[in-house]
Amino acid sequence: MSHPTTASSRSSRRRFLKGAGQVTLAALTIGFEWGASSRRARALSAGPKTAPFAPNAFLRIGADDSVTVIAKHVEMGQGAYTGIATIVAEELDADWSRVRVESAPADAKRYANLAFGTIQGTGGSSAMANSWMQLREAGAKARAMLLSAAAQQWGVPVDHLMVEQGVVHERTGHRKATFGALVARASTLPVPATAALKDPKDFKLIGQRAPRVDVPAKCDGTAQFTLDVREPGMLVALLERPPRFGATVLSFDGAAATAVPGVVKVVQVPYGVAVIAQGFWSAKNGRDALKVQWDETHAEKRSSAEIMSEYRRLAEQPALSARKEGDAQRALGTAAHRLSATFEFPYLAHAPMEPLDAVVRLTPERCDIWAGDQFQTIDQANAARIAGLAPEQVYINTLYAGGSFGRRANPGSDYISQAVAIAKAHGADGTPIKLQWTREDDVRGGLYRPMYLHSLEAGLSSAGELVGWRHRIVGQSIVANTPFQSMIKEGVDPTSVEGAATIAYAIPNLSVELATTQVGVPTLWWRVVGSSHTTFAVEAFIDEAAHAAGQDPYQFRRKLLANHVRLRGVLDLAAQKAGWSSKPLSSGRGRGIAVAEAFNTFVAQVAEVRVDQAGTVTVERVVCAVDCGTPINPDIIKAQMEGGIGFGLGAALYGAITLKDGRVEQSNFNGYRVLRINEMPAVEVHIVPSSEAPTGVGEPGVAPIGPALANAIFAATGQRHYVFPLTKS
Amino acid sequence: MATTFTLNGESRTLDADPQMPLLWAVRELAGLPGTKYGCGMALCGACTVQVDGAATRSCVLPLSAVAGRQVTTIEGLKSREAKAVQAAWIDLQVPQCGYCQSGQIVSATSLLEKNPAPTDADINSAMSGNICRCAAYVRIRAAIHAAAHTLKA
Repeated sequence: MSHPTTASSRSSRRRFLKGAGQVTLAALTIGFEWGASSRRARALSAGPKTAPFAPNAFLRIGADDSVTVIAKHVEMGQGAYTGIATIVAEELDADWSRVRVESAPADAKRYANLAFGTIQGTGGSSAMANSWMQLREAGAKARAMLLSAAAQQWGVPVDHLMVEQGVVHERTGHRKATFGALVARASTLPVPATAALKDPKDFKLIGQRAPRVDVPAKCDGTAQFTLDVREPGMLVALLERPPRFGATVLSFDGAAATAVPGVVKVVQVPYGVAVIAQGFWSAKNGRDALKVQWDETHAEKRSSAEIMSEYRRLAEQPALSARKEGDAQRALGTAAHRLSATFEFPYLAHAPMEPLDAVVRLTPERCDIWAGDQFQTIDQANAARIAGLAPEQVYINTLYAGGSFGRRANPGSDYISQAVAIAKAHGADGTPIKLQWTREDDVRGGLYRPMYLHSLEAGLSSAGELVGWRHRIVGQSIVANTPFQSMIKEGVDPTSVEGAATIAYAIPNLSVELATTQVGVPTLWWRVVGSSHTTFAVEAFIDEAAHAAGQDPYQFRRKLLANHVRLRGVLDLAAQKAGWSSKPLSSGRGRGIAVAEAFNTFVAQVAEVRVDQAGTVTVERVVCAVDCGTPINPDIIKAQMEGGIGFGLGAALYGAITLKDGRVEQSNFNGYRVLRINEMPAVEVHIVPSSEAPTGVGEPGVAPIGPALANAIFAATGQRHYVFPLTKS
Repeated sequence: MATTFTLNGESRTLDADPQMPLLWAVRELAGLPGTKYGCGMALCGACTVQVDGAATRSCVLPLSAVAGRQVTTIEGLKSREAKAVQAAWIDLQVPQCGYCQSGQIVSATSLLEKNPAPTDADINSAMSGNICRCAAYVRIRAAIHAAAHTLKA
C-alpha cells in the first residue's frame, strides 16, 4: 500500500490563491461519480442493497466492505490519490486492499484546498499538507462510529473493542464484524464532534510502502484519461490558434475544411477557429485545410533574443525591492572581493505527456465537463461564464491527468474554456465534444514558465565571509492580469522572487529586487514555480562565491545555514551519502551540490557528472536528501524525487521555448527536447526521519538539480555556465 | 476503404481512410483506448504497439500498412515476457501519471521477447524512443531488469 505526498504551505500558488479567495465560486454539492476507478466504482454502485455509510464528504463504506475515499485533489502522477487514501485508511484502520479512490465533484464548501482558502484545486505541492488533519479526523470519526455501532450491537463498552484491517472485534471475546456488517447501524449514529487521533507510533500504513491505488490500471491500459472518454455521439474538435500570441481572427474560409470527410462543422470562437469532426483524424485533416486570416495588430512580434536584450538593459537599473537587509550597496562597495554574474533562463513549456484535452456536453441548462482537472472551482466558474450558466449548473468530472506540472492549473482554464466555447458555438445541443490539443498546439500554446534574467553581485570580506548580496530578477509576472493579481504586493509578484527573496543564507547585507516586464507571451507556473529559476541562480552563484572565498562549497553553505536546522540537515545528509568529503572523483568528473526549500520541503542534491573531451555532459549519479516532515509514503517520496530530478535535468540541459519574430520556433519533442531514459542518472534518495506535519514532494525535488548540475560541470571542467539550457551556452 | 488485419489475435476489418494512422483506427474505430497519443510524429513512443511482434509507433503508421498483419496493443499483450514486465511494473511502482506507460510496457515487452537479458545499453537503445515526462526512468530500467530476472528463473 502506499501513497504519495504533495503538500506544503506557503508560496506561490497557495499564497496566491489564498489572496484571491474572494473570487470564489458558489459551492456545488452535486455528486457525479466518475473518475479514477470509474469502472469498478460503477460496477459497485450497481450492487449494494444497504445504503453505504457516508459519515463525511471524504468517505463511504459499503455493506460489501468496500471503502471508498473521495479525493478532492487531482491525480496527475504525484501520488495524491494514494496519499489521501492512506491518511483516511490509517485512522480508520481499514483493510488497504478494500480501499479505492473516487474523484470529488467541484464543491468549494466541502472540497476546498485549505491552503488555497475557498478554492478547490491542486498545486503548490499542497495536497498532503492541507489534507493531513482534515482526513485524519474524517477517518478517526468514522472509526469511532463503527466501534460504537459494534458496541451497541453486542451490548459491550466501546473500550472492549478494537479495529484491525477493516474488522471490529472484541479484545478478549471472539465476536467480530467487518465494516460492511456495521454499515447499517453506524449510519444511524450521530457524527461525533471529536475523535482521538492515533499516536504516530501506532501508524500501520503511514510511513510504509503502501502500493499506489492507481498503478495496476496504469499497467494494463485501463486507466481512464480524458483522451479515453467516449460518449455516445461524441465529436472531436481541433482548434486553429493564432500564429502569434495576441493575434485574433480577421476572417476564415472553412470551405475546404468542411469538405473533408468526417468534418461536421467549422466554428469561430474567441480563441480561434475550431473544426468539429467525427474523429481526430478528420478534425486534423479539416484543420489542415482551414484558411484563417489573422489580425496581428496587437500581437507580440519580438524575438526572444530581443526580449532578453531588453532584460539585460533593465538589469542595469535598480528595481522594486523584494527583500532588504542591512545595506547591500555599501557592503558591496567596501567588500575586499566582489564578484558578479548574470544568468539567463528561457521560456519553458510543461509538455505533459497527455496533450491537453477536455470533453464538454453542453445544453442550455447544464454543462458536464470531463478533464484531468486541476482547478475545479475555477474551471467551473470560467465554464459557467462562457456557457452563460450559473456555476452550480457546471459539473466537473475529474479524471486522471496525464501529467500537468502546473499546466492544467491556469486561471483562465484555457483548455476547458475553449472546449466550452466550441460546444456553445456548435449549438449547445447536448452533443459531447472533445477538444483535443495536438502536441504542436501544446508546445506553441503559451502559458510558459517565464523567461528570466538574474543579475547577482556578492561581496566577500578578506576572511572570506559573505558580507553583501544583491540579486536582481527581470521577467514577467505570472499572476499579473489574472484574477489573482491581488497576490502582488507593492509591485512584487511573489512567484517571481520566491527562493531568492526567501534566501536562507545568513548574509548581513542583502537586497533582492524585481523588474517586472510586459511581454505578450502568456506565462504560468511550471513545476516548483519561482524556485525553478531562483534556486538555480542562487545556488550556482553561492557556489561561485564559495570558490572565490577559497572554501569548500558544501562547508561554505553549511556555515551560512547555522540557523536553519532542516536545510542544513538535508545538506549534510546529501553530502555524507554522496561521499562529498571522502571519495574524490576521477579526472573528467565533478560533483556539484545545491540545496533548497520549496513549499516548506527541504531538498539537497549532489550531482556527479562526466564531461568528455568534446564537452558532452553525462550525469552519472544524483544523491538526494529530502525532509518533507512525516513521510506518508516513502516510496512515493522517492519516486517524486527521482522524477523531479529527471524533469529538472531535461530543462537544464535542453529545455527552451524561443520566439522568432513572435512565432514559437519549437513545435514537438524534436525541437523541444526533454530527458530520455539514456540520459537519466542513477538516483539515490534519502528521507530525513521526521515527526513534523507532512509537506509536499511533487515539486521541490526539481529545484536544486539545475544548479547541482551546473556546479558539477564547473567542478569537472573549471567552466561556469550562465545561459541555459546548457545546450545553448 | 476497408483494411483487414489481426488485432490482438482477432481478425478485424475497419472501413476507414487508409491513410488514417493506426493509432486512431485502434482507439476510435476498434475501441481500444489503451494506446495513447503523445506527439503524432513518432517522437515520444506513447502510441507504441507491436506489428508482427516488433515495437512500432502507431501514430505515423497508416492503417493500410497493417493489412494482413498482426497488431498487438497493450490490451492484447499476453506473452510470458509481457506478464513479467507488467508484474515488475507493479512491483516497482513504476507509473506516475501513467499516460506513457502503455507505450513503455509494449516497448519493454518487445525488447525482452527478443533479448531475454538486456544490458543497460540494450535498454537505452530499445527504450530511448519512449518519453516519460514524469521521468520514471530509474524504475523503468529497474523493472526491465527485474522482469528479465523473473524470466530467467
